[in-house]
Order: sequence, then C-alpha cells, then structure tokens
Amino acid sequence: MTEPVFSLKNVVVTVGENTEILKSLNLDIFDGDFITVLGTNGAGKSTLFNAIAGNLPISTGQILHHNHNIANESAVTRTNYIARVFQDPKMGTAPRMTVAENLLLAEKRGAKRRLRSRGLTKEKLNEYATITKTMGNNLDTRLQTATGDLSGGQRQALSFLMATRVKPELLLLDEHTAALDPKTSEQLMLATNQQVTENHLTALMITHNLADALEYGNRLIILNAGQIVLDVRGEDKDMLTEEQILKYFIA
Amino acid sequence: MSIIVSSIGQGLLWAVLGVALFLTFRILNFPDMTVEGSFPLGAATAVAMIAHGVNPYLATISAFIVGAIAGLITGLLYTKGKIPILLAGILVMTASLSINLRIMGSANISLLNQKSLFSAAFLRHLPKYFDSVLVGSVIIAIITIALIFFLQTELGQAFIATGDNPNMAQSIGIKTDRMTIMGLMLSNGLIAFGGAVIAQNNGYADINMGIGIIVIALASIIIGEVVFGELTLNERLVAVIVGSILYRLVLLAVLQLGFSTNDLNLISAFVLALAMMLPQIRHALKLDTMLKKGVAPHD
Repeated sequence: MTEPVFSLKNVVVTVGENTEILKSLNLDIFDGDFITVLGTNGAGKSTLFNAIAGNLPISTGQILHHNHNIANESAVTRTNYIARVFQDPKMGTAPRMTVAENLLLAEKRGAKRRLRSRGLTKEKLNEYATITKTMGNNLDTRLQTATGDLSGGQRQALSFLMATRVKPELLLLDEHTAALDPKTSEQLMLATNQQVTENHLTALMITHNLADALEYGNRLIILNAGQIVLDVRGEDKDMLTEEQILKYFIA
Repeated sequence: MSIIVSSIGQGLLWAVLGVALFLTFRILNFPDMTVEGSFPLGAATAVAMIAHGVNPYLATISAFIVGAIAGLITGLLYTKGKIPILLAGILVMTASLSINLRIMGSANISLLNQKSLFSAAFLRHLPKYFDSVLVGSVIIAIITIALIFFLQTELGQAFIATGDNPNMAQSIGIKTDRMTIMGLMLSNGLIAFGGAVIAQNNGYADINMGIGIIVIALASIIIGEVVFGELTLNERLVAVIVGSILYRLVLLAVLQLGFSTNDLNLISAFVLALAMMLPQIRHALKLDTMLKKGVAPHD
C-alpha cells in the first residue's frame, strides 16, 4: 500500500453552536479504491461528501490531496480533480441544454473555458453515441434532446458519464441510484461498476442498499454518529453479511 | 404609411434592449432592474459626450462601457455582497439617477445641431423614418449575430449552464459568480448602448427616460415567445426582435384608438400583462381546440 490519494485527518464538521456532525474523522483513500459508504440517516455520510467536495467548511483537521492540504480550497477549484453524482436527477444536468451539450460542458472540467467555438463536431457526436450506448438505456438515441425531457434514469446515467468524462482522481457517488425504480437502478449500478473497474476509478459510493454495498467495491465503511465504526477491505469485506452490518446501525 | 415605418424603426432600435435583457431574464433566469438605470446612463453618457464635441461613434461605445460598469456593480453586490438580485438592481438603478444628473449637469440635454449616429449624409437622403429602420437593422443584426456566436463558444456554453443549473455548473468547475457578473455586464452594456442610440434618434437625453424600460424590454421577449412558441436558442433571439416590432405596432394601434402618449406606460404594462397571461387564457378558453375545430372539415 503506497501513499493515499486523499487523506482526511481528524476532520471535524460543526453546525450551529457545537453540534458535531463529523467527529474527528480519519480516512485514507488509496488509488483504485471503490469504497461503499453505509450508515443511518444523520450518520454524516452526506456531510462527509460535502466536506471532501468543499461544499461545507470543516472546523478543524486536514483534508490532504497528495499530502497537500486542500481544506481551504473552494469547491470549484476542487472540481479539477473531484467529480460528483448527486441523488436527485435534476441536480446533475442542465435541463434546457441537450445531452450532447451537457457532455461537452463536462469535457471542460478542469480546463479553461475560452472564447472559442465549443466544437460540437460530427466526430464528437459519434464518440458520444458510443459512450452513451454503454449505459444501455437508449441515451444514445437522444443526444440532441434537452435533458429536461429525459427520464430520471437517463439523466442519472448522463450525470454519471459527465462526472467521469474527464477522469477524476476521486468520484463521489451520493446515492446516485436511489431515486430510480429497481430495474433502472440495477442497470445504472452495473454500468457504474463496469466503468469504475474498467477505468480504474477511485470512488466513494453512499448507498442504503446493503446488497449493493456488499456486492460492489473493494472496501466498505460504515459511519455512525460522525465516526467511521467499520472499515473493511478485500476478503474481510467479502466475508461480511447483512446481519453483521445491521449491528453497526444502532444509533 | 410613414407612421408604420416609424414604428418598425422604433421596434428595431428598441430590440437591442429586448435582446440584452434576454441574457439575464431568460438565460441567467433572474429579473435585473439595473436596466432602468443603465438605459438613461448610456443615453446621458453619449449625449453629454457628443455635446462636448466627442465623435458620436466613440460616445456610443463609451455608453456601452459605462453600462457594463453598472452591471459589474450589480453583479458584485449580488454575488459577493449576497444582496438579492432584485434589490441589488434597484440599488444600482437608484444610484445611477444621481450619476446621470452629474453626467448631464441638468435633467435634459438636447443634441440640437450636433452630429449623431443619424447625421450621416446618406441617411438624410432617405425618406422619413427610414434612417432609424436602416440604423436599427444594422445594429441589431450585428449584436444578434455576435451573441449567437458568443453563445456557441465554450465560454458562452458555460454562461448558459450557469443560468440553467448553477449547482451542476459548479460541480463541473464553472465559476458561476464570474459568469453571472459577465452576463450582467454584457446585458447592461448593451442596454446602455441602446440608450445611447435611442437618445441620438430622439435628439435628446432625459433623466426620466429610464422609467418603464424593463417593461418594454420584457414585452418584446414575451410577445416573441407567445407568437412563436417553442424555438431554439438562436431563433428565440430573432423572435425577440420580431416581438419588439410587434410591440411597437400594437402601441401604434392603441394610440390610433385615441389614447395619448401620456398613457404609454399604462399601455405598456397592460400589453405585457396581457401577453404573459395569454397562454393561461388560451388554455382556459380552449381557444386552440376551438380554432382547430373551426378549420377542420365537418364529419
């Protein structure tokens, strides 16, 4: 095991006067980790994501990116290396812009947006048709459709593709399949797993689906009351059962 | 006939405001009240400069810059100062009233016997009012084509995304505050530019000429949308121009009915309210199905 890509050191997030949502949390994220994140409502899962992404300031502690503290970097700066897919299908796409336009926007993550033609060429459209086809939900036939007219599943698939269009050093999946029907949800989960594995992405995935948490990823963490109460990887994770997980869910 | 030409000319000149307001009202998705200040600001700047002997082209471009500064201030109050956009706009609008008086030195300055954009020799040989049609067409064509190109650039797309879904825009690294400020600067720059052109067309600048501007600009946007329905972004810009001309023709019709020019603001507000309610009225009265039935063959 080498240097972690991201490292959270004694991270505390406080709201109001002194309600600690994250209590001195420590987490090392290594290259290629696909970590499923479990925990009850209010355990601090979303807060953890917001702290990493920079949407929520941390009170004390450090967030290290290749040993460089990024705790004071803005959320927009952090998008240079962190990408995120939200639970709400409305959050991740621009509704009045087409699927192709959204993908094109995502392609410039981390690059300067200049006063030159956006370059939506035929080759680009063909490329987009290829990558959207991998999601298996007819997204490839709707490249010129405004995303507001897509189904929730198609929008989430698009959000996922946008997040990974430029390979992020860390992909945050915030219950990205939770708002979808079981079949669509499973389809997106399979596509997610395939992309993460094939492209060797480093990802954190919040889920309330215990079966998904056990099946996917190489590592699993459980949050409770703002702290990590279980952190298992590899074989230890494979041995884990749903019953054992539920024991950690007592608030 | 010549009053219709005059209306078309006015529609083309005022279309600049509709297209400019489109950038904030439709693309960024908020109402920017700054325009009621930046319009007379542009007029005052250009007219005062021309009255002091400055070249009218230079004076008109200066108006754009001054308007952009007004937009910058609104943008900073909104994004950095966290003042709600409506209030930020009203603050800058109110403040610019004083600035305008400083620039003009009095509540009204005339351009009598001064050179303006409309005093080129060939324009004066045109039949009456055709000068404003020609100048208006050229200006709005240049602005619209430039905006269409801009909106298709990487920067323009980031600007559109900012208005469409700021959350998503930020999550892919777009600096939404900067995009918002840029939009406000561009929009108010164009509004002030429009103010400068219209003041030169009228032959004077007046401290009160900003009153009701936002309603007129909105009317051209809304009328264009009501008339044409679903359109692409580029087509919508053109629809605003047509909307602006239609609005002038409606005003002309109303004035022909015997209303006085003192009633213009009342009429403007009424026309806008009516245009905005039209989709509801149409739906409530089932006008569409009624019309379709009317033209369908009897079965």
